[in-house]
Amino acid sequence: MSTNLANLLYLITIVTFILALRYLSDPARARRGNQIGAVGMVLAIVVTWVKIGTTSWWALALGMAIGGGFGATAARKVKMTAMPQMVALFNGVGGGAAALIALGELHRILPPPGTPTLDISGAIALSGLIGSISFAGSMVAFAKLQELIQGRPITYPGQKVGNLVLLAACVGLGIALVAGAQDQWLLWAVVAGGALFGVLFVLPIGGADMPVVISLLNAFTGLAVAVGGFELENNVLIVSGMLVGASGTLLTMMMGRAMNRSIANVLFGAFGQVSAGAAAAAAGDGGGTVRSASAEDVAVMLAYAHKVVFVPGYGLAVAQAQHDVRQLADLLESKGVEVSYAIHPVAGRMPGHMNVLLAEANVPYPQLKEMDEANPEFARTDVAVVVGANDVVNPDARNNTGSPIYGMPILNVDNAQTVVVLKRSMNPGFAGVENPLFYNPKTVMLFGDAKQSVEKLIQDVKTL
Amino acid sequence: MSHNTLLVFEVTILVLAIFLGFEVISKVPTLLHTPLMSGTNAIHGIVVVGAMLVLGLAHKGPFLWIVGFLAVVLGSANVVGGFVVTDRMLEMFKKREPPKKDGE
Repeated sequence: MSTNLANLLYLITIVTFILALRYLSDPARARRGNQIGAVGMVLAIVVTWVKIGTTSWWALALGMAIGGGFGATAARKVKMTAMPQMVALFNGVGGGAAALIALGELHRILPPPGTPTLDISGAIALSGLIGSISFAGSMVAFAKLQELIQGRPITYPGQKVGNLVLLAACVGLGIALVAGAQDQWLLWAVVAGGALFGVLFVLPIGGADMPVVISLLNAFTGLAVAVGGFELENNVLIVSGMLVGASGTLLTMMMGRAMNRSIANVLFGAFGQVSAGAAAAAAGDGGGTVRSASAEDVAVMLAYAHKVVFVPGYGLAVAQAQHDVRQLADLLESKGVEVSYAIHPVAGRMPGHMNVLLAEANVPYPQLKEMDEANPEFARTDVAVVVGANDVVNPDARNNTGSPIYGMPILNVDNAQTVVVLKRSMNPGFAGVENPLFYNPKTVMLFGDAKQSVEKLIQDVKTL
Repeated sequence: MSHNTLLVFEVTILVLAIFLGFEVISKVPTLLHTPLMSGTNAIHGIVVVGAMLVLGLAHKGPFLWIVGFLAVVLGSANVVGGFVVTDRMLEMFKKREPPKKDGE
């Protein structure tokens, strides 16, 4: 196939990707958009295969079977709640591929008398560095979300300075590579340094902020792919990679805005670190006690309420309790209780997480209330049931300027007559921030796994 | 085309792609942030094309074979996993029949 024909066909792929992104911004057409993108991807793969010819076709087939098989199995088997870490994993492998391409290209060009031009060696160094940061960083994000390593920020003295020095060293090695010290070991050092930086960079970021980090690393991978396009002189890589790089950057900023925090604060704030001062303040003010209730008590409260609002959070996702909550809601409705769900935009581990889960449980759309719609209603709500949510209902975000989440818009559940909090234990939430809601005299706690608690509530409401 | 002409051309489309990337998602609702992240994740799976090109040169030595092969494995996982995960997420947003209205 001629290069021109291949490039024209690649252009079709690019158009499908642009359409995919465009459609993805609209719930009604999003799925179609994703399918269009997939078709474009298949086209690009076929064109590339024809271009290469039959050389090493069996290696290509084997590699694709292994990678594609793994990707399909993992993506199909994963539960909806574990989607965030899957996205991190697939993002990481993309970054890894970009770094490997850089290593391969340098190796191909270098044997004497080959000397890469400045732009090519620059592109090689850059995609090696960004690709390896994205790979290692995504793997740490995956491990944190999968709870293979602790989600709390891991910090130590001199962390920021150390990271900065490491990054500067990597950039320095990259510049040396471009400036003429053309040695493959330099690129290996850049890639290894980038991987180490990726790990150290993500470790101090709290698990609750992982979605923003994954989004950022997603943009990184896109950029690495675009730069890889310069190495291979390939348009489809340049345009598609940069589309992802740019839209991923914007998406990252939008996520930050939804949490009312700057990206710098997310990345370098070690958010959720329990500082001694804040903990003391929380313990000091009111010195409140926690009231816990039995499922029977709560069942009575719910059954005789006029209006009940469910506030789902990550605890609901972990316990897979969405179907049970819906069952409980239906049961209450049959008893004449008005039921709705208040959805915080960043409840759970990813924006929109709760919408996805409740949609899975076939909760009717009109019952789902966005934050702006839900907040005025709490004043006339008898019981607000918080199912495994924590930070998104923390009144400190409104009142306590010293709180790390001060300023974040929250669901004002404390305006309801009674608040029932379903929670595994009194441990602070994933972000590690104290929550005075639990000490509020209006609040009763129902301890236990969210699914089991809700099942018990269903039983008890039925017997009433 | 000389190398420099090509480079200028490549930089041009790179810059246009940046603006296009900002433009196409500038008004996406929070609700769709997650699928959009996942969808862009699938799109950068295009890296598999680069990986294939490297593996296509495998006859030039075992190093290229190994690097290219690994890159193809990782790139394919990115493509397939990315699109399947996104599709599963978006399946949840499918239109459902509105609840029965009173008096029907």
